[in-house]
Amino acid sequence: MNRFSYARPGSVADAVREVGSSPAAKVLAGGTNLVDLMKYNVERPAHLVDVTRLPGLKEIEETGEGGLRIGALVSNSDVAYDPRVQERYPLLSSAILAGATAQLRNAATTGGNLLQRTRCYYFYDAATPCNKRAPGTGCPAKTGVNRIHAILGTSEHCIATHPSDMAVAMAALEAVIHASGPNGEREIPIAEFHRLPGDTPERDTNLGADEVVTAVTLPTPRFATNYTYLKLRDRLSYAFALVSVAAAFDMEGGTVREARIALGGVAHKPWRVPEAEAMLKGVVPERGAFAMVAERILQGAQGYGGNSFKIELARLAIIRALSQAAAGTPQSQTDKRIQ
Amino acid sequence: MHETHFGSPRNRVDGRLKVTGAAPYAGEFTAPDLAHGYVVSGAIAKGRIKSIDTKAALAVPGVVQVFTHENRPRTAFRSNAYQDEVAPPGKPFRALYDERIVYSGQPVALVVAEDFEIARYAASLVQVTYEAEPHETDLEKVRGKAYVPPVKRQGISPPPKPRGDSEAAFGNSPVKMEAGYRIAIEHHNPMEPHATTVVWEGDERITVHDKIQGAQNSQSYITSVFGLPNSDVRVISPFVGGAFGSGLRPQYQLFLAVMAALELKRSVRVVLTRDQMFTMGYRPDGLQEVALGANQDASLQSIRHDLIANTSTFEDYQEATVNWSAMLYHCDNVTTTHKLATTDLYTPADMRAPGAPTGLFAMESAMDELAYKLGVDPVALRLRNYADIDESTNKYHTSKELRAAYQLGAERFGWSKRNPKPRSMKEGRELIGWGMATGAWEAQMAQTSARATLTADGRLEVATASADIGTGTYTILTQIAADALGLPMERVTTKLGDSSLPKSPVEGGSWTAASAGSAVELACHKVWETLFKYARGMDGSPLANADIDRVTFHDERIALVSDPSRYVTLNDALKAGGVEKIEAEETAAPSKLTQMRYNSFTHSAIFAEVRVDEELGQVRVTRIVDAVAAGRIINPKTARSQIIGGVVFGIGMAMHEESMADHNLGRFMNHNLAEYHVPANADIHGIEVIFVEEHDTLTSPLGVKGLGEIGIVGTAAAIANAVFHATGKRIRELPITIDKVIGTPEAV
Repeated sequence: MNRFSYARPGSVADAVREVGSSPAAKVLAGGTNLVDLMKYNVERPAHLVDVTRLPGLKEIEETGEGGLRIGALVSNSDVAYDPRVQERYPLLSSAILAGATAQLRNAATTGGNLLQRTRCYYFYDAATPCNKRAPGTGCPAKTGVNRIHAILGTSEHCIATHPSDMAVAMAALEAVIHASGPNGEREIPIAEFHRLPGDTPERDTNLGADEVVTAVTLPTPRFATNYTYLKLRDRLSYAFALVSVAAAFDMEGGTVREARIALGGVAHKPWRVPEAEAMLKGVVPERGAFAMVAERILQGAQGYGGNSFKIELARLAIIRALSQAAAGTPQSQTDKRIQ
Repeated sequence: MHETHFGSPRNRVDGRLKVTGAAPYAGEFTAPDLAHGYVVSGAIAKGRIKSIDTKAALAVPGVVQVFTHENRPRTAFRSNAYQDEVAPPGKPFRALYDERIVYSGQPVALVVAEDFEIARYAASLVQVTYEAEPHETDLEKVRGKAYVPPVKRQGISPPPKPRGDSEAAFGNSPVKMEAGYRIAIEHHNPMEPHATTVVWEGDERITVHDKIQGAQNSQSYITSVFGLPNSDVRVISPFVGGAFGSGLRPQYQLFLAVMAALELKRSVRVVLTRDQMFTMGYRPDGLQEVALGANQDASLQSIRHDLIANTSTFEDYQEATVNWSAMLYHCDNVTTTHKLATTDLYTPADMRAPGAPTGLFAMESAMDELAYKLGVDPVALRLRNYADIDESTNKYHTSKELRAAYQLGAERFGWSKRNPKPRSMKEGRELIGWGMATGAWEAQMAQTSARATLTADGRLEVATASADIGTGTYTILTQIAADALGLPMERVTTKLGDSSLPKSPVEGGSWTAASAGSAVELACHKVWETLFKYARGMDGSPLANADIDRVTFHDERIALVSDPSRYVTLNDALKAGGVEKIEAEETAAPSKLTQMRYNSFTHSAIFAEVRVDEELGQVRVTRIVDAVAAGRIINPKTARSQIIGGVVFGIGMAMHEESMADHNLGRFMNHNLAEYHVPANADIHGIEVIFVEEHDTLTSPLGVKGLGEIGIVGTAAAIANAVFHATGKRIRELPITIDKVIGTPEAV
């Protein structure tokens, strides 16, 4: 861990100033990821901006359109167990509870969860090459241990995944991220928040280096009945997703008015294919249709050996998740039997 | 008569210390002016250090010294000086010895600073450049170069001599089963990382707190490597936060901490990080082939079990892996082989029941496969081929209640309700599978000394240099001592983990209960005899004509059983003997004669239920029944915990644990507990433990056989067999992960 200076600003404006004061500044919130990365010498910020005392970012508030505004510092546990979230966005609650452990969820924040970095083994190990950690050094994961790596949207430079469960549900719910920067506030739809690796794998998101996430808003709820978050992993708790699926239907009678499907564990960002979702519009949900949707979502998927099984696993997981959502039998996150 | 402590469930005597954080571990001891060392780990698998630049690290205020191969102090020259009590044959790894790199993650420098954070930061500034050479860490690639280790490892039985003609018998067998099996490399990952605190006592004398399963093993390593007399080195490690074998051999942080302390003449602590816990020993990779031949009547005609295991380039690590296949069943034609192939990895290490869960995963999976080929029940197949003696060595068993274990385990599990047909049991979407396997492990007694001291306040202290690595040794020794003198357990203090205490081997091999327990009992009896002698010999003693069997010790009185009003007080007895305390040191050793005629093993029959969402490949291990025959049980409560812990270890082996090596880099990559998976609570359901009654008068004077390891043995095989029963899919390579389960099952 390197030496760093530390600031604890008292306002968002001060925080923005502190973050912009040095290119090597980093925002510290729950610390569940950043502190580990500092211990591993992966992140070496010269300046830490502790935002945990910023006023007004720990609330969940009504937006006025039936939606909710979740402050960036609300803990993952507080979001998951908030009665309004549970009632209006049970998909989000379920996804959060599928992730990490109770202890981590208590410490981790909403903003920090969005900004957590990949769990790629090579990214974590400073003794190995990694284009995300040290641009230009190469990507040993492509020909190495890549069981947990991406099958969609990869580049020759990086095959890492974004590890969040929360963000996958937010992607399905079309959440909007609010950020403050030197030029004021701006809103970033979650689909545009995380990036694909391309030839700049070191950049995970489109958040400016001088911007601070302040909140996430959730639009008017429509997916509280037919939804599920199905996560498949190498042990039944405290493991990142090999594949996860957030699925939700807005139903009208027996047919789908709108479908939302987002995948976790398969790409550098929560993976959505709007064209595939559109295939279900006006359709009576059934397995045959789900299979076609799965094919569409996974078009172009590519395995790297150790993770090639994810293509088939994702196909089957999509079909099962859509079945769960259609039946209104969401996956329990405590009973690990898959519904 | 009061109830004996022996055989009764008792809480851990050190439980409160542990849950309140009052139990000190190696990395928690402190000293005035303590310096902190941080290890710099190497990045390549093979080659040499071209240059190592420590200038930037040394320039950090608070850095005391950076040790590398270029400036390390001189230590013993001959490599055998670095061998320890349980070292395999070869040349032990020597940290910072020279510029050679022999495995990835090898320590290349030690930064010592005034505090831990400074040391860690400065360590990140050490610049090492390497000249890499081609390496090989993939056992598959070197299997063609496998060899029979020329020097046998002390204490490890090599595969027994072949009996009969297994090849011909296999050829003639009407039913044949032949397959290859493989487990994953596993690292021990105890909760407590390896750590050493060296307290500089002045005058070249040191007190060392080391994470070690035998304080005297560390002591003799230090004296041998650094040329110090025993009297100048004391190792004190009263508590060990789990070890599972990783603490049998002194690890490199001990060497580094002692080296730095002696050179700097000050106290030094070195604690390894979690990722550095992957830069030491591990359960080795093994390529196994099993061939079984049987007659239609299910009698085994031929057994062949071949193993190629990996080892390092500098030591020939060996563990008893295939031997179990030669002793478990009656069969006239048996061949087992054990070869090694070198990889550019560190030397493997003993890990809970070293060899047995590996070998029996293969053998007990193969037996299950054979049962299906024969169309017989897997339990029936094992009973049909039950071995009454150990045919591999032609010795009797000291005791073997495995038959009862099969029966009791099957009964409790409800095995008779099993539909033998794979894929026949289902609930909701989930296929249900029931599988079973046999477990076996050595029951050993090792020569151990103990001291018992009775003081005038009626308190008894018993002591031996052995260790309690979380198993309950403190508790069971306290029980044994309390029984020996008829004291309440609160009056007894047990001391362990100190090299100055009476001699003990490392705490391992499941031998500590039998060995330390017997030594403690002997020493206590000696104290009791002396006490009685004093009491009886006292002028006008009311016990003058009493027999030692007719008196009791209670409330500081030695009294006649038949007439408690006739007694001598402890004080009077001590006065009569002219002493302030009674102390006795005794040594318990196994009987050589018994060992010539008998072999001793613990056995288990383990039954597993899995529920499988076949489409998505998710397997849940929903029920385990483990029936264990392990002689007398000292403390059913800690014993049950031991078995449950072993079973969870086995579930980890079956389902989760895998140290994943990148063979291009020659390096383990998932070196943290987020990515190296051990079971979480959600993975564990009911585990029922049955202790089968077993009378054993030969393994140890206590009738105890030991329990630390048997719980893991066979568990992975039982689970893999259950997965086959559920799905019709035979998984011969561990762990059983989603990718291996999804997909179309083989034809059944």
